[in-house]
Amino acid sequence: MLEDDIDDLYDTAPCGNLSTLLDGTIAKINVTLLDWLGYTRDEVVGRKRFSDLLTVGGRLYHETHFAPLLQMRGEINGIALDLRCADGSRMPVLVTSTVKTGGDGQPLLIRTTIFDARERRAYERELLYASKQAEAERERLRELVAELQHSLLPDPLPTPPRMQVGAYYHMASTDRIGGDFYDLFPLDGGRWGFFLGDVCGKGPVAAATTAAARYTLRTAAAYEPEPAAVLAHLNSVLYQGYHSRSHRHCTVVFGILTPTASGYSVTIAGGGHPAPMLLRADGTVEAQPTTGGTLIGSLRKPNIATRTFSVAAGDTLLLYSDGLPEARTGPGTDRYGEEALRTFLAQLTPTSAPVAVEALTGLLGTLERLDDDVALMALSFDGTGSDD
Amino acid sequence: MDVRVRSNITFTGRDHGPVVMLSHGFGCDQNMWRQVTAKLGEQSRLLLFDHVGAGRSDLTAWDPARYASLDGYARDVLEICRDLDLRDVIFVGHSVSAMIGVLAVAEEPDRFAGLVLLTPSPCYIDEGDYRGGFTHDDIDELLESLDSNYLGWSAAMAPVIMGNPDRPELGQELTDSFCRTDPTIAKAFARVTFLSDQRADLPRVRVPTLVLQSAVDAIAPPEVGAYVSAHIPGSRLVTLDAIGHCPQLSAPQATAQAITSFVAECR
Repeated sequence: MLEDDIDDLYDTAPCGNLSTLLDGTIAKINVTLLDWLGYTRDEVVGRKRFSDLLTVGGRLYHETHFAPLLQMRGEINGIALDLRCADGSRMPVLVTSTVKTGGDGQPLLIRTTIFDARERRAYERELLYASKQAEAERERLRELVAELQHSLLPDPLPTPPRMQVGAYYHMASTDRIGGDFYDLFPLDGGRWGFFLGDVCGKGPVAAATTAAARYTLRTAAAYEPEPAAVLAHLNSVLYQGYHSRSHRHCTVVFGILTPTASGYSVTIAGGGHPAPMLLRADGTVEAQPTTGGTLIGSLRKPNIATRTFSVAAGDTLLLYSDGLPEARTGPGTDRYGEEALRTFLAQLTPTSAPVAVEALTGLLGTLERLDDDVALMALSFDGTGSDD
Repeated sequence: MDVRVRSNITFTGRDHGPVVMLSHGFGCDQNMWRQVTAKLGEQSRLLLFDHVGAGRSDLTAWDPARYASLDGYARDVLEICRDLDLRDVIFVGHSVSAMIGVLAVAEEPDRFAGLVLLTPSPCYIDEGDYRGGFTHDDIDELLESLDSNYLGWSAAMAPVIMGNPDRPELGQELTDSFCRTDPTIAKAFARVTFLSDQRADLPRVRVPTLVLQSAVDAIAPPEVGAYVSAHIPGSRLVTLDAIGHCPQLSAPQATAQAITSFVAECR
């Protein structure tokens, strides 16, 4: 077997070898490292400290992290630093140090090996740059999605005479736009139109459908006095694209408020959407289901169910999307459910629109996980406003 | 929030001795003091803590707005004193904590009996005739070093330390958390530390003050210690026969002795 010369191995090893006193003063250094630095042995031994060989930033890092850690652990491994060479150039290196102790356990000197990391560091810089770029792109996407979502919702909701309103939108995902929507808007004759719906799916196509649904409903409501006819219009528009890849259907409740002597008469039409809840002034909670209504946009001739009821002072009408009852209550598969929601609302009633929305927003914060977006809109008649 | 949890406060030393609050600098945590606590604890009650964002403090309490200047850190110090009802405190601040102490003492002088500034610098950047020792580019270089060394934070980096045979009192957990912090927080703290300028606050200190510096210090050179002492009325400057920015590690006996004598004078 070939025997390597130990002195030659020390001096011309493919790494820098360095021994320093505990205060960092260089005691021994090999040829490889001197060649990298461009110094002669006499220029460094006994004259320079290890930190003098580093860039200023590296020196700060050495003083604040490297030296304290080495002191505590007795060794430190693979730290990325830059050498400052005699000609002023920088050389990226990876540094490993161990403290050599004497027989009595007292530290004697520090042994350091230094590896050329020029190519590796160039590669790491690329990675760092790429990860910063990716983070910036994600941030941009989050902003874009939040803005787009916001633009699909009315802000603020107008307030009909003698009423209070409240609404809340929870985005389940920060980078995928959801498909819930709602609106409240004046019609002629003191009437008001309102709706809350949920386009299936998420993402840009769902967002486009959401926008189409919102404007179709508002436009149709200007011409059609009957809520069922308004929903039929929306069904036609969405069904036209049935065979295209961008087809989406939705569930929705559309309603019209007509002023009466004691409050408003409410007519709602529904297609496949959870029943609005009427929280009465006397403390009772009434579901107002539109049973039999089918999804809007998936059938040429949908079933659209209609019902009419009246609201008076102290009543609150709540519309919500199914993201609320379908929220997870724990790590398992348990969902919050309609029953729990009813119990929650019963404790809340009687209430007002802003209070109800605030309470439900608080409730959402306590649920384990919201997989889907949640839209909430509440209208309450308080009898204290005026007609103008 | 309980300041004890937020700032990972620990007490050690003599129960009824004067309260000495040891405040670590940028980089590591309260374990920076471990070589001097035995000596200091002989006569004093020592309060050690981690700055929010460092060591084993509550990382969720870190708020980029509150900690965007040293004032946020000084507020933490005062909150600790108030919540634990501490009086006649002797505050010992290392490195950037020296200026945190200056701000706290200037704000509520009645709380404090003395101030020890260990390797302080009121301003690291050269400006006009003032020599802090660094340029903006140097600080950018440090931030780069932090970027390329997510020290102990990334799993790949964390060296596995098989105990510490020389110092069995240092548990694995402690060794692992020392000098580790979230890279985002570390960078923010580095910016606040090295870009702050507290020169104007030095004359506001109205309590007995000891400035302790190392004979050789790449971060806070002797001229800077002299500047600090010259601008704090009545302060005393002592140069330790020590090398490096952390004399409590490189010259623990001398450092502890200097602090102990000062504490005795303050009583």
